[in-house]
Amino acid sequence: MKATLAVTAVIFTLGFVTIPVVWSDGDFRWKEMEEYEHRSTDVAAVENPVYKEECGSCHMAYPPGLLPARSWTKMMAGLEDHFGDDAELDPDTHKAIIRFLVENSADQSDYRRSRKFSQSIGSNDAPIRISDTSYFRHEHDEIPDRMVTGNTKVKNISQCDACHTDAERGAFNEHDIYIPGYGRWDD
Amino acid sequence: MKIHILIAALVISIPADFVQAESAAVDSLLQNYAAQGAATADAERGKRMWEEKFNRDGEFPERSCASCHTQDLTRTGIHVKTNKEIKPMTPSVNPKRLTDSKKIEKWFKRNCKWTLGRECTALEKADFLAYINKPS
Repeated sequence: MKATLAVTAVIFTLGFVTIPVVWSDGDFRWKEMEEYEHRSTDVAAVENPVYKEECGSCHMAYPPGLLPARSWTKMMAGLEDHFGDDAELDPDTHKAIIRFLVENSADQSDYRRSRKFSQSIGSNDAPIRISDTSYFRHEHDEIPDRMVTGNTKVKNISQCDACHTDAERGAFNEHDIYIPGYGRWDD
Repeated sequence: MKIHILIAALVISIPADFVQAESAAVDSLLQNYAAQGAATADAERGKRMWEEKFNRDGEFPERSCASCHTQDLTRTGIHVKTNKEIKPMTPSVNPKRLTDSKKIEKWFKRNCKWTLGRECTALEKADFLAYINKPS
């Protein structure tokens, strides 16, 4: 009798322990697959709260994996005239943001699209506009001006998130493109 | 019974804290500005300057606070250059506004430079604070 009880107890315990393990393992794999797919097609998402707050107040918080480290360093050296705007930061914040940008820059990333950006820029070039890189231009050369500069909901090619609906999460693939006033874009 | 009183006290104290925190940042800044000679903050003057248009060079030759924030501080604005939404300025609609003095000074510095081409004086900032806090 005691033995039966003990065996039942063991089976119960095992059941309780193994079921969640198996389930969470399934979840884990699923996440891992998503992560792999994202990595193999896109750029890393922006997850730094200081960067989001300081840089994302005026414009989209551009994922750092869209430009190489030398571009970010150059841009951060001229914040008093940041594309015509004053975007100066206090020294501590400035340092923290440069570190984040450099550590996650296109040339430090193994995400597929970051590699493409990185490879499309000459080693002596340090463009500070993402839209000046040849990979960017190549990817957007079929988009007519009327959908961008002639489109009041977009206005400028630099508003990534006007059409790339999941841009801040680093997703730039075709399924996530919706051009305001025109609808889905399919290459 | 005691728990009820405790909960009631908590619930009552939350909004009180909010109001206090909000005015604390504004109060300390106004004191700073007063120490720099700006003793009287005038919401009317702040409003006039908010709507004033300044002539500048470049892409946006006519600039004003309202270019991005609109003339109605209870409304959502739009950044003229990037199209990004800017949440309403006045604390009665957006309670997060005017709660952090460091943040307030940061934006005064940047936005006065863009709009006026120089930093704002203590008196101008005091007037803006008075206006944003309670727009007329």
